[in-house]
Amino acid sequence: MKVKIWGCRGSLPAPGPENMVYGGNTSCIQVNQGDTFIILDAGSGIQRLGKYLSPEIKEIHILLTHLHIDHMMGLGFFQPLYNPEVTVHVWGPDTGKESLLSNLRRYFSPPLFPVMFSELPKHPVIHELSHNTFRIGELEIFVDYLCHPGATLGYRVSNGKSVFTYIPDHELALGSANFPHDPEWTSGYEIAKSADLLLHDSSYNSKEYSSKIGWGHSSARDAISFAKMCKVKKLALFHHEPARSDEQLETLLENALRNQELDFEVFLCAEGDVYELD
Amino acid sequence: MPAQPLELILARQFGDSLNMPIFLVDPEGNLLFYNEPAEEILGLRFSETGGMRLEEWATVFRPLDKDGNSLKPEDLPLVKTLTHRIPASGSFYIDSMKGERYLISVTAIPIIGRANRYSGAMAMFWKTVKT
Repeated sequence: MKVKIWGCRGSLPAPGPENMVYGGNTSCIQVNQGDTFIILDAGSGIQRLGKYLSPEIKEIHILLTHLHIDHMMGLGFFQPLYNPEVTVHVWGPDTGKESLLSNLRRYFSPPLFPVMFSELPKHPVIHELSHNTFRIGELEIFVDYLCHPGATLGYRVSNGKSVFTYIPDHELALGSANFPHDPEWTSGYEIAKSADLLLHDSSYNSKEYSSKIGWGHSSARDAISFAKMCKVKKLALFHHEPARSDEQLETLLENALRNQELDFEVFLCAEGDVYELD
Repeated sequence: MPAQPLELILARQFGDSLNMPIFLVDPEGNLLFYNEPAEEILGLRFSETGGMRLEEWATVFRPLDKDGNSLKPEDLPLVKTLTHRIPASGSFYIDSMKGERYLISVTAIPIIGRANRYSGAMAMFWKTVKT
């Protein structure tokens, strides 16, 4: 299974010379297993991904964690959506009242966007998810809701040998009792347990988090505690704050790792990174 | 043990932050959590009991009518909520583990999450009069 990062910034694209190492595009991940190809989230990173896709790919699955704008702002700029020979499936959360299709139509409409959903040459196939296990080609995928404002999913992707877990937006401290000592009572545990690679929200340092409780994000230190509790093999810190430079991100990681003894690898997710899992 | 659904995790967090007694159960009625104010009425600390199966807690916390007769389970608000998945309320007496008898008013609500996932129920109760 190959995992490629096309965007790992949170909230807002942040291009600029100070962000050359970790990148400025918002959430977008490509996962390949044999002929199976899926995309997790449609942040601004999906625009570049669309440019580099093989023209031989005729079926694409885009799996959205949630409908906050940084996770779907790139959808309208994804070129395969305008190719009538390509079938695009869009998977996303069942939000309870308004359908996923209706929410997508809202984005694809003036004044937010000039092209209506109905004007696309081939209407995407819409799939709503809640707490399901399903297959796309060679990949088995488990999803469930997470603690984040609005209906938000986390994805556990398995090829039968390795597990990749994607939890870009998640407030651990609010979605857990007695964190990090009680997995049974921790949001996201089932999705992340024993993962070979976990991408997890680490928007803040501990001091910042204390003034942003309820905003739906975690501190880097909490993300590390969660990874430890879940016994993951690798943790990639994700959802970098748009105002944080490369240098500041490295300081965030350094401080979060201080006085920690860990038996797994922790690093900052960077745009362009590729991870090969068995 | 598998993790609880998000709705129950958040309900427990909510209950834990309240200064009024709450009681949290799964769809089968098994007790998952009660908070500190509930400990005062029930006379047991959650850290000592942990979760309890339905048949266990139903005998520990005995609901009574005004004459001291045991109430039928189906008359209890929480049981009505678990059975019909609708809110229910009522008043009855309870003997705590410390041997004290309280009149309590209970309101129970079902916990039904997105995609209609039914995860259990929460009962909030008020101590009305100590007899």
